[in-house]
Amino acid sequence: MNHSLPILSLRWIPVWRRNFLVWRKLLGPSMVGNFIEPLLYLLALGFGLGVFVGEMQGMPYSVFLASGLVCASAMNTATFESLFSAYTRMAHQQTWGGMLAAPLMVDDIVLGEMLWSGTKSLISVAPILAVAAAMGLVHDANTLWVLPLILLAGASFAALALCVTAFARSYDFFVYYFTLVITPMFLLSGTFFPLDAMPKAVQWGAQVLPLTHAVELVRPLMTGAPLKAPLLHLAVLTLYGAAGLYLACILLRRRLKA
Amino acid sequence: MPQAASYGRNAVCARGLSKIYNGTPVVDGIALTIPTGLCFGLLGPNGAGKTTTLRMLLGATDPSGGTLEVLGHPVPAQAREMRARVGVVPQQDNLDPDFSVIENLRVYASYFGLSGPALERRIEEVLHFAELDYKARAGINTLSGGMKRRLTLARALINDPELLILDEPTTGLDPQARQMLWQRLRTLMAQGKTLILTTHYMEEAERLCQRIAVMDHGRILAEDSPAGLIERHIEPQVVEVYGSDVQTWFNSHARTHVERAEHIGETVFCYAHDTRALLDDLATRPQLRYIHRPANLEDVFLKLTGRDLRD
Ligand SMILES: Nc1ncnc2c1ncn2[C@@H]1O[C@H](COP(=O)(O)OP(=O)(O)O)[C@@H](O)[C@H]1O
Ligand SMILES: [Mg+2]
Repeated sequence: MNHSLPILSLRWIPVWRRNFLVWRKLLGPSMVGNFIEPLLYLLALGFGLGVFVGEMQGMPYSVFLASGLVCASAMNTATFESLFSAYTRMAHQQTWGGMLAAPLMVDDIVLGEMLWSGTKSLISVAPILAVAAAMGLVHDANTLWVLPLILLAGASFAALALCVTAFARSYDFFVYYFTLVITPMFLLSGTFFPLDAMPKAVQWGAQVLPLTHAVELVRPLMTGAPLKAPLLHLAVLTLYGAAGLYLACILLRRRLKA
Repeated sequence: MPQAASYGRNAVCARGLSKIYNGTPVVDGIALTIPTGLCFGLLGPNGAGKTTTLRMLLGATDPSGGTLEVLGHPVPAQAREMRARVGVVPQQDNLDPDFSVIENLRVYASYFGLSGPALERRIEEVLHFAELDYKARAGINTLSGGMKRRLTLARALINDPELLILDEPTTGLDPQARQMLWQRLRTLMAQGKTLILTTHYMEEAERLCQRIAVMDHGRILAEDSPAGLIERHIEPQVVEVYGSDVQTWFNSHARTHVERAEHIGETVFCYAHDTRALLDDLATRPQLRYIHRPANLEDVFLKLTGRDLRD
């Protein structure tokens, strides 16, 4: 197996661009959904459930929820793109096969796909921020810092998902990853409720989850609460992304060059 | 072709090239020397190792052993540099279904770093070459099989490659589409490009290729010009005999008149340098019918690779 470090170059751009051009063609329906879905969540859960919940960590539930929604959406979008869509391009459409007959390398494809999935996270999060801002659920312009953060977090989730895709023989395989990794992370990272009431072990365990660290950064930026240990959270997200990228390159080189 | 000098007269030079999957050698230490400017055919039954060989040439899979140079670049070490100068028509279509014909060409060109007015001119040229000008804005799913193949060829030409690698370019096409593709490939040869193609259509190899390697079980069984293969590997004349009682005749007489005879299904194939004695014999047997013809590449192929079904 080829364990050499990924060769990073600007050759990821045509890979990213190909996906972007396809996305642009199918833009209409997906964008409407991107606005309507967070609107429904914020209205139904934020106000419906919020009436019973009242305040959470000193803020109205809908404010708390908005930042959780941003992080969960970033994770889901990037993961979906790097599992299902990337698998379609790899296995069914042989898109990557075409790229590998041109002067592109597996590492270029992995980097391009990872950054594209990060971009998709951004595309899904921006409307949520807009809707939340329109509903008065964000504190100030510092919220805009969420955008680059989501690009980083989305790319990191994508890199992890690409490692799973490297093993997949069908779409069914992805159910395991969702059930065993994504859903628990979704529930245990403080996105929809704080973990204060959970057993200490769960609270500590949650500290290894990348989503936890995304929430720790995004929530203060959106609500105006003070940022705690931002460099630590950034480092964890970056580490997951870098390790995922390295591993995805190794695994996909092995699969595609078999 | 200014670059020709940099790699001399051979587009491909492989020594002891092998690929092992799960302990089984799928390509088993082959030597290949493919001179520039000609059309080289790789012939073999399904599973012979043709696609695997081409994938190694492209650096798409790493050899398990041997040395390989393509257009003067050591492969896989400089596969990326080499691929910038090569066009590929893969066995399975991998056109982008979300894009139109022209978008497919533009996006594929972007993988080579090509863009701008020069690219637009090139796209016009290759579309014209593939007779797809009028389909430029059509979606991929509206194209016939032959059109898709032609588009794949046009796409392979986008970087004006010196070497074209085509894996079963005409499999599944109707005769008209096949003829049209052959004619395009001849034009490319006339332009001085080197072509490497795999096929299991003998008449395709016979018509297009100046040199042919017959491959089976990962080995090259013979390599020569089509005429040379026929001359060296098989008797020049073939008589196919059918009819009731052909079995009895095969057992008692066939081999007394010719060097070699095989009984397959309802037919006896007789191979000989001189068929006079055989034809005299057959003239006395009105119950047997026969066809007398010169030996062709298919006879050579079947002799070398056997008649067993492969899948
Ligand atoms: N990635 C692979 N893993 C394992 N076996 C393979 C792989 N690719 C090809 N093979 C096997 O290698 C043999 C040769 O395949 P291939 O080169 O595709 O033959 P051809 O193109 O001549 O039909 C076949 O038996 C095939 O099953
Ligand atoms: Mg093949």
